[in-house]
Amino acid sequence: MIETGTWCDRCGGAIGEHGHAACVSARALEPPRYCGHCRRRLKVQVLPAGWRAACVEHGLISS
Amino acid sequence: MPQLTDPDLARAVETVYETGVGLSEPDIGAVLRLPDDEIGAALEAAHRVRVRWCGPEVEVEGIVSVKTGGCPEDCHFCSQSGLFASPVRGIWLDIPALVEAARQTAATGATEFCIVAAVRGPDDRLMTQIREGVAAIRDAVEINIAASLGILTQDQVDELVAIGVHRYNHNLETARSLFPTVVTTHTWDERFDTLRMVRASGMEVCCGGILGLGETIDQRAEFATQLASLAPDEVPLNFLNPRPGTPLADAEVLDARDALRAIATFRLALPRTILRYAGGREITLGDLGTRDGLLGGVNAVIVGNYLTTLGRPADRDLALLDELKMPVKALSSSL
Repeated sequence: MIETGTWCDRCGGAIGEHGHAACVSARALEPPRYCGHCRRRLKVQVLPAGWRAACVEHGLISS
Repeated sequence: MPQLTDPDLARAVETVYETGVGLSEPDIGAVLRLPDDEIGAALEAAHRVRVRWCGPEVEVEGIVSVKTGGCPEDCHFCSQSGLFASPVRGIWLDIPALVEAARQTAATGATEFCIVAAVRGPDDRLMTQIREGVAAIRDAVEINIAASLGILTQDQVDELVAIGVHRYNHNLETARSLFPTVVTTHTWDERFDTLRMVRASGMEVCCGGILGLGETIDQRAEFATQLASLAPDEVPLNFLNPRPGTPLADAEVLDARDALRAIATFRLALPRTILRYAGGREITLGDLGTRDGLLGGVNAVIVGNYLTTLGRPADRDLALLDELKMPVKALSSSL
């Protein structure tokens, strides 16, 4: 569930530092909150059947 | 059939079944304290009461956040407060997307669509968004529209009635005695005042809360009793899902057995209300517990996602209702 990149999209931590197993597990029931490429916080809109998230630098991602 | 071993409590529960009047606070406390091997009996009794006084149907609802994050209030469980170091950023939902969310909700067979905003109370900008959004949904989608916009003025109550909002959600969240430790920026009584105005307006009252905020069993009983005295049309039951950055981030998730005790209890305290599964059930109860609750007093569900977190896919809940032979309440019966 973690987007390809340097940073964990749930907690914003560096992916290399820890396994982020808890984040991976939590992401099953959460949208991303950080951009996996630059660690900026995302603007996230949760919708009844999905979500979309925008990074000011890397653009829009969605479920 | 499992039995309650305390004959006085068993009699009190039977009286709820026969009269449709909820348990007293001491009996509510007794159900919340039942030993593990009597939880099944409590759930079965609650289910019987639910079917007798509410029928077999299940009301299905979808919700969406029209204004996320940046809230000035400090509800300690909420990731949308601007006062905590939560990763949730502020964002507004535009009207076309709001209509699409209503359409997605209606496609599941839901009869209810609740528009929610993270605010103390609505300002002019939000009221304009709600007015235009409700009109656009009513033009495009057949669904009942509810709203949850915080503390209201009388003028705002009147306007929501006028534009066709049929139910208003405003949770008391927890027992009055615990509330000041959970929220410091407004009072339980301010919330109650809004509920009083909503009730007087003719809109349906939706009022519940969150279990697992650190309340004692006595406070859980107090909360159920306080809700029963309000006699809401709907009670949404949330279970704390500890959110990063909030003061309750490290709180323990409610034990599934306590959650099931609470479900049975709230049904026996509120025999005629719509008792809805809301947020946190996936974490607290999982699939098996979700089923147990539907067979233990719950007669409504939020399907799909929540405001800032995700739920089970709607089709899984709908398949479960089908398996349990619980018909989804039709729009025609709720209009």
